[in-house]
Amino acid sequence: MEPLLIKAIIAIVVFAITLLIATYSTYAERKVAAVMQDRVGPNRAGPFGLLQPLADAVKMFMKEEIIPSVSNKWLFIAGPCIAMLTACMTGVVIPWGGPITLGAQKFTLQVADLNIGILYLFGVVSMGVYGIMIGGWASNNKFSLIGAIRASSQMISYEIAMGLAIIALVMTTGTLSLNEIVVQQDEGLANIVIQPLGFLIFIVCAFAETNRAPFDLPECETELIGGYHTEYSSMKLGFYLFAEYINMFISSAVIVCFYFGGYNFPFQHELQNLLGLTENALSIIQVVVMFGKVFFFIFFFMWVRWTIPRFRYDQLMNLGWKVLLPLALANIFITGLVMWGMGKI
Amino acid sequence: MSITLIIFWFLSFMAIMSALMVVFAKNPVHSVLYLIITFFAIAGHYLLLSAQFLAAVHIIVYAGAIMVLFLYVIMMLNLNKETEPHKKPIIKFVAVVAAGLLMLTLVAAFKGAEVKVIASADASIGSVESLGKVLFKEFLLPFEVSSILFLAAMVGAVYLSKKDLH
Amino acid sequence: MLTNKSKQVVKREMTWMEKAYIPAIFSGMIITFKHIFMKKATVRYPEQTRPFAPVYRGQHVLKIDEAGAERCTACGLCAVACPAEAITMVAAERKKGEEHLYREEKYASTYEINMLRCIFCGLCEEACPKEAIFLTDRIVPSTFERHEFIFGKDKLVETKEHPVDVTKRQTPAVLEFKKDKKHKHNLTVLDKVTKTFNKH
Repeated sequence: MEPLLIKAIIAIVVFAITLLIATYSTYAERKVAAVMQDRVGPNRAGPFGLLQPLADAVKMFMKEEIIPSVSNKWLFIAGPCIAMLTACMTGVVIPWGGPITLGAQKFTLQVADLNIGILYLFGVVSMGVYGIMIGGWASNNKFSLIGAIRASSQMISYEIAMGLAIIALVMTTGTLSLNEIVVQQDEGLANIVIQPLGFLIFIVCAFAETNRAPFDLPECETELIGGYHTEYSSMKLGFYLFAEYINMFISSAVIVCFYFGGYNFPFQHELQNLLGLTENALSIIQVVVMFGKVFFFIFFFMWVRWTIPRFRYDQLMNLGWKVLLPLALANIFITGLVMWGMGKI
Repeated sequence: MSITLIIFWFLSFMAIMSALMVVFAKNPVHSVLYLIITFFAIAGHYLLLSAQFLAAVHIIVYAGAIMVLFLYVIMMLNLNKETEPHKKPIIKFVAVVAAGLLMLTLVAAFKGAEVKVIASADASIGSVESLGKVLFKEFLLPFEVSSILFLAAMVGAVYLSKKDLH
Repeated sequence: MLTNKSKQVVKREMTWMEKAYIPAIFSGMIITFKHIFMKKATVRYPEQTRPFAPVYRGQHVLKIDEAGAERCTACGLCAVACPAEAITMVAAERKKGEEHLYREEKYASTYEINMLRCIFCGLCEEACPKEAIFLTDRIVPSTFERHEFIFGKDKLVETKEHPVDVTKRQTPAVLEFKKDKKHKHNLTVLDKVTKTFNKH
């Protein structure tokens, strides 16, 4: 088969899986919230309520679409589109499994192995804020605007700490390619052992970047009605909510790739030799392992959401600028010192 | 026409059109959004020149951070036609003359410049590695001096914004 | 201080460990994780219903006796006792040949309870000298129109085919209590008249 065709197939499969997981994340969120509050959760649509996401989607499509007459119509529509677009674009650079050999050709289970993968991720994530900002501003509503402004300032603040946490990781791995970072963790230790502080900073920032609780101030219901999506209805609202779940999925995948060995699992080569598996079979197991890890982190996101109350805005800014930023700088400094001591630079 | 050329023309058209729209758009928020499109087009040009690192950093820094701050400030200011002060004709005239002089200088500066085409440039010329080597070996001192300049600017900005310090 | 559960709150500076939040967050997450395996409080309603309390006071019923005649004699004590003034009735005289329909010589030709006014206190039941009105464990069905909440005899009187069980509200203790003339609301009109007569 043509390499381009295979890449196209991988891209479509990744896109479809992303949407599927985002859809079922909404179900999982409600279920997790329920069991943590001693409730049952959705259980009416289909067995165990498994068709609930479908029912929600139908509801979203059927609802009346309202565009406020005083809003900026084009930007009002562009907002959720940008949010959805940037959310879907991030999945491109994530390696989902080891290489697969088809015929004479070898393929990595990754849409594009960019040598600036981390920078690409970072660039796309920094674009994500526009969807919220434009939507919030175009609604021509005070609550939406406050939500949009909160979102942008929060994302800018936490992007810095996140970037610095990644810089320490790039220092130890020496590459910007996600696939290479994952392959290195197969040969050596998982990066969580090398960069525990960096991981902590990164995961806190990931929560803030995805606007998840305890950092969901842009859509804080008690203060801002719905925040930036107050004026949105129907599937445009659905896009915003959906983008959040896609972001959560991709963030989990990125955390797994950066710090938890990606698709690798301990003693995988020993297992391969023991059972006499082919490389393709191992790759398929790796994909399953990868998704297992990602699902754990999606659960972790929900677990945190249903445990911790929302931050106050000044606490959020204090945490970002006065705690995480100095910690990230200290992390870089310590990483540099240790590497210098080990004679790596 | 090769596909690269088509992309080049498309990006150039997009960059120039949106740059013009930055000036002509009446709504300042629209201006900022057109400026973001311009930055994207320019990042596309960087990619065509196989300067991937530069393209990514361009988007992260300009489109992702600086323009967000622009948009932030403009949204907060809530600029309307009513609040915009009417400029005097003399100020408009001075602005036109100054801009014209700037254009003259730029044209004069570029007139004498010779266009070099590096025929043997390989794809890795714009990669992170080669760029990092050049920055931290050949241009180490200017690089560090410029970072100190940024630090000084930042401290100065904080000092100016906190008027009650002195 | 009644329950001894009140705690003295001290506002003090947080220690360094507390400011890091991480241990607190961690212990909180353990608590929520434990709750995953706890018993669910949900009652899956249409399949599963919660038992009513034996003293539950719901929709009223006008009882009939063993022969199938209405017990209500339209004395109006229930309407007098009703604090919400939800009960209205019109009395009529029993004609010849209607003995199988009405137990007493006087009966209520219309008997209406406004379910929107009713507070389900059960005073009508206590006031009734004829054991005719009872509150049952049925829930008043909801409708969209206000006038549909005024329940007439068609909805209140039980039929022979569908008897309504009120034994839970007619326990021996209740019957004994109703005999006690010490309480004013247990007096019948006749008692009241004799009482005033004795006074003078």
